Amino acid sequence: MRLSPDDMIFWQHGFVKINGTIVFTWALMLVLAVGSWLVTRRLSTDLRRARWQNLLEIVVTGIEKQIEDVGLRDPQKYIGFVGTLFLFVALASLCTVIPGYEPPTGSLSTTAALALCVLVAVPLFGIEEQGLGGYLKSYIEPTIIMLPFNVISELSRTLALAVRLFGNMMSGTMILAILLTITPFIFPIFMSALGLLTGMVQAYIFSILAAVYIAAATRQRTPRRNPAPKP
Amino acid sequence: MLIDWFTVGAQALNFIILVWLLRRFLYKPILHAVDAREELIAKELAEANAKKAEAKKERDDFERKNVEIDQQRAGLLSKATTDAKAERQQLLDEARKAADALSAKRQQALQEDASNLNQALRRRTEQEVFAIARKALTDLAGISLEGRMTGVFIDRLHAMDAKAKATLADCVKAASEPAVVRSAFALPTEQRAAIQMALEEAFSTQVRVRFETAPDLVSGIELATKGQKLAWSIADYLSSLEKGVGELLKEKARPGAKAALAGQPGEPEEKNP
Repeated sequence: MRLSPDDMIFWQHGFVKINGTIVFTWALMLVLAVGSWLVTRRLSTDLRRARWQNLLEIVVTGIEKQIEDVGLRDPQKYIGFVGTLFLFVALASLCTVIPGYEPPTGSLSTTAALALCVLVAVPLFGIEEQGLGGYLKSYIEPTIIMLPFNVISELSRTLALAVRLFGNMMSGTMILAILLTITPFIFPIFMSALGLLTGMVQAYIFSILAAVYIAAATRQRTPRRNPAPKP
Repeated sequence: MLIDWFTVGAQALNFIILVWLLRRFLYKPILHAVDAREELIAKELAEANAKKAEAKKERDDFERKNVEIDQQRAGLLSKATTDAKAERQQLLDEARKAADALSAKRQQALQEDASNLNQALRRRTEQEVFAIARKALTDLAGISLEGRMTGVFIDRLHAMDAKAKATLADCVKAASEPAVVRSAFALPTEQRAAIQMALEEAFSTQVRVRFETAPDLVSGIELATKGQKLAWSIADYLSSLEKGVGELLKEKARPGAKAALAGQPGEPEEKNP
């Protein structure tokens, strides 16, 4: 029994190999990119618009709103990173309804890669926002004694991100596989539905945590949005 | 081993590529479209607001003009009413004046008619009386009317009361000019002598007399001296007739007189069976 789509190897040449994870990822990338291109090549800017454009506008503006709610003042700057995390993880979970498909997020390699991306992106955004000194200074806040703890926190949360997503996706697939062998009728459908739900929740959690980390790195001491005085 | 490091690298690269692709094909176009639509809506709202403001302004203008027009109309109406009243009053006055003038003219014409009729009647009556009297006197006595007229004149002279006779006598005596006896015709010599004699007898003095003919007298004889006059003519008798005719005409000129006469008692009453 395969624990992850990494084990599904299509082609290998020494260290380099093309496995199920990479292939399914490419498929998802293809779906996302081509789907987006198909819809956005004929965008209308007036009040009438196509259904697919409407759907994508809802998704994009929803993600933008969520990023803004986390506390990032310029959501359009971060939507490329955070939104892609969400869409990729969410689509990877949604596609589990397709027979023979295995979510690439069910591979610890994928989740680790995503977590590493977050690990790299957070300092980059932080440095971009408040400069290298300002960002590095955040590691010795409130005292220099906190430096190792901050570094450990940074690493551990990356690990947590990777393992959380992997665990959830993998377990969903595993439970489905196991249930199919025990009770092949009806019950796996509920579990599959539950898997879809947990997949969406995980996508939301992963992207929101990434946004929170970025927000923490970019506005260390800036207060949360001041509510505008009501007239 | 759960982690395949080549796969991790490949997935990270894949993810970065996916971020780029979605940025290129999804987020930017969609966000651009949304921004453009928001801009469009904001623009349309602003235009709508501007139009609304303009419409409000125009409505205010219209209402203000309406009020002005109403006021002007009311002013014009009241002015026209006043003018019309004044014009009416003026026309009425003019009509009244014209009616009065017409009435006065008619009255005058009526009076003139009456006067002409009077004159004609008088002349006619005088002529008739003269003719009748001449005829009657000629038929009866066989003497001429002039002779009888002289007789009447002399009778009158004698019949004068004493006071009048004295006054006339004083005048005749005091006059430097001779007394004038006018008659409508030339008197014959014997009648002249009779008149001379009668005058002298009446005034008991020598009287110088000059005889004149005055055709306008029509008929009659008069004695004039220093402002005093003794006359007999048919005019004397006609004066009363003239007066009566004049009164009759006046009565005719009064339109109410006839109506008043019509309502007098004595009319035959209708009796019910």
